[in-house]
Amino acid sequence: MTTTQLEKSDVDLDDFAKATVNAGLTADQKLGFLRDMLRIRRFEQASLKLYQQGKMGGFLHLYIGQESVAVGTCSLLTPDDHCITAYREHGHAIVMGMTMDECMAELLGKATGCSKGKGGSMHFFAPNKNFWGGHGIVAGQTPIGMGIAFALKYRGIPGCCLTYLGDGAVNQGVFHESLNMAALWQLPVVYIIENNGYSMGTSLARSSSIRSCLAERATAYNMDWDIVNGENLYEVRAKTFEAMTRARKEQRPTLLEINTYRYYGHSVADANAKKYRKAEEIEFYKQNHDPIRLWQKQLKVEGVADDEVIAAIDREARQEAENAVKFAEDSPFPELEEIFDDVYYEVDQGTEAGRTGRHFFND
Amino acid sequence: MRVITYRQALNEALAEELERDDNVVIIGEEVAEYNGAYKITEGLWKKFGSRRIVDTPISEGGFLGLGVGAAMLGLRPVMELMFWSFAYVGFDQIVNNAGCIRYMSGGTIHLPLVIRGPANGGTNVGATHSHTPENFLANTPGLKVVCPATPYDAKGLMKTAIRDNDPVCVLENTLLYGDQGEVPEEEYLIPLGVADVKREGNDVSLIGHGRAVITALQAAERLADEFDISAEVVDLRSIRPLDEETVLASVRKTHRAVLVDENKPFCGVSAQIATMIQERAFDDLDAPVMRVCSLDAPAIYSPPLEEQQLPTADRIIQKVLDGMGA
Repeated sequence: MTTTQLEKSDVDLDDFAKATVNAGLTADQKLGFLRDMLRIRRFEQASLKLYQQGKMGGFLHLYIGQESVAVGTCSLLTPDDHCITAYREHGHAIVMGMTMDECMAELLGKATGCSKGKGGSMHFFAPNKNFWGGHGIVAGQTPIGMGIAFALKYRGIPGCCLTYLGDGAVNQGVFHESLNMAALWQLPVVYIIENNGYSMGTSLARSSSIRSCLAERATAYNMDWDIVNGENLYEVRAKTFEAMTRARKEQRPTLLEINTYRYYGHSVADANAKKYRKAEEIEFYKQNHDPIRLWQKQLKVEGVADDEVIAAIDREARQEAENAVKFAEDSPFPELEEIFDDVYYEVDQGTEAGRTGRHFFND
Repeated sequence: MRVITYRQALNEALAEELERDDNVVIIGEEVAEYNGAYKITEGLWKKFGSRRIVDTPISEGGFLGLGVGAAMLGLRPVMELMFWSFAYVGFDQIVNNAGCIRYMSGGTIHLPLVIRGPANGGTNVGATHSHTPENFLANTPGLKVVCPATPYDAKGLMKTAIRDNDPVCVLENTLLYGDQGEVPEEEYLIPLGVADVKREGNDVSLIGHGRAVITALQAAERLADEFDISAEVVDLRSIRPLDEETVLASVRKTHRAVLVDENKPFCGVSAQIATMIQERAFDDLDAPVMRVCSLDAPAIYSPPLEEQQLPTADRIIQKVLDGMGA
């Protein structure tokens, strides 16, 4: 467990504030980070209520506690850059520009959802915003991110692909295959391990053999790596930007490990959520390491915002989430006939290929 | 018409599509500098270079996933599996990602991806290298599956597969790579989802895909010569999408169907064909639908036995005779 990295209860954000990528931030941009973190948290709190009311099927993997990671990293993306992650993806989706309405409707399985109710909580996508999911199988997205980077390099586009995974995904074979190929072929991919300390109910200490940290494994593939304190938004941005610059300019991959913490269970259905760690541990993080709380404090120190401004931003986020719940609840479910849409492109487009031969086999 | 091998036909299809579209890229183990483990990609690296023809490490899961990601951005990757049996270590990428991402994204993503390689028994390499996963693959809505039996079909189907905007699995056969057949010089495409009557007949329909079609043709020849039975041979060519009408038309003509399938019998492709025939042509049948499949055990190594494990002309003939009440 890398909590030693996080033991100190007060973070000095100033060092990384001076980094080039942070020094030029406007007050509006800084408030924007707060707004996005609050939007993620309020969205998820609202979704949790719906889940508890039995209005949602399946799983709900909450991101609450980790908001600074998605906001800090995704805030660096340009139109040439891409983002792909696993199933704890609501935060990334929102920062990448997906609306709360389409996301909340997807959670309820509604036709107005981002995937028309066909993906659910783990499978949000917005290719028009360079957001490629939303993937349910642990580490299954890691070679896809490499493939996106491959295509960027193939086309000579100076972008990169931020490819996220959890600390539980680092022991999947396909992730190691991806690290090897990314380094071998010098692909512009930045792998970001969001290390929240637990792969479901198994602590890092019980699941991964490491020397100092997970990211250090990159040395075996001759790849650059770094370890990041995820509660420090400035540090997240500074170190991720460094890795992105390496990818864009030198077409070299990086493995980043961003230490963070989730307040809820692996999913809301995690029956043992309160057994594998103590309530005090969670409370300690909430009190001392909450990224939103820390950022609010920083904004006040910098004179960017006072309590009133912060409260107003939070009110807007809550309202937006509330509106999204209403939108989702008022939306219709998909029609049964729509079950056969979106399976084959050629069928959907009504092309000659789509009209040739039988594609579906019910009666 | 000129005669070339199945291998050359595939090679030409790849070369022509590489020439035609810069988005086409060949990726796999030994496809470039080694010229392909089975020489399907011979000469392509020399002609198109390392940007277009990419040798991978032995990491099927990793490079299949790479193909999915590259296809997301509009490349048309053609992924070679040295054996389709090796896909089993990358099944997550094929089924969950290539097969389901379009659906789970509500149709916002499409994946113009081809995964190709040989999938056959009969080469004495034991069970691990002899799998025929066309039934598994075709069981995944979102994937398309084709199994060419002749050089002509191999070229036409491969070119169409590369131009298709959905993931297409092309299952070839190492025992067919050296087979020769007529292939025109001029360009042609064969649509997916169109079966082909390889031999006309009136008494019984032999229906199969891949190398089973070749075996069925041999059986048909002998049935005519030795038993005066006129067998029609229908080559499915494409498993999904499936040309049901050609199959049904044949059964309605001959009133008898013997399905020949190198798949194992349990939930094999022929099981789907059998259920379709009984659902839609029951009244046209003069006999139960019968099947000749691979014998239902892992592929045996022992060469003379493996030959017997796959459908043979003898077994097909016997099954036809049984069905004719002979």
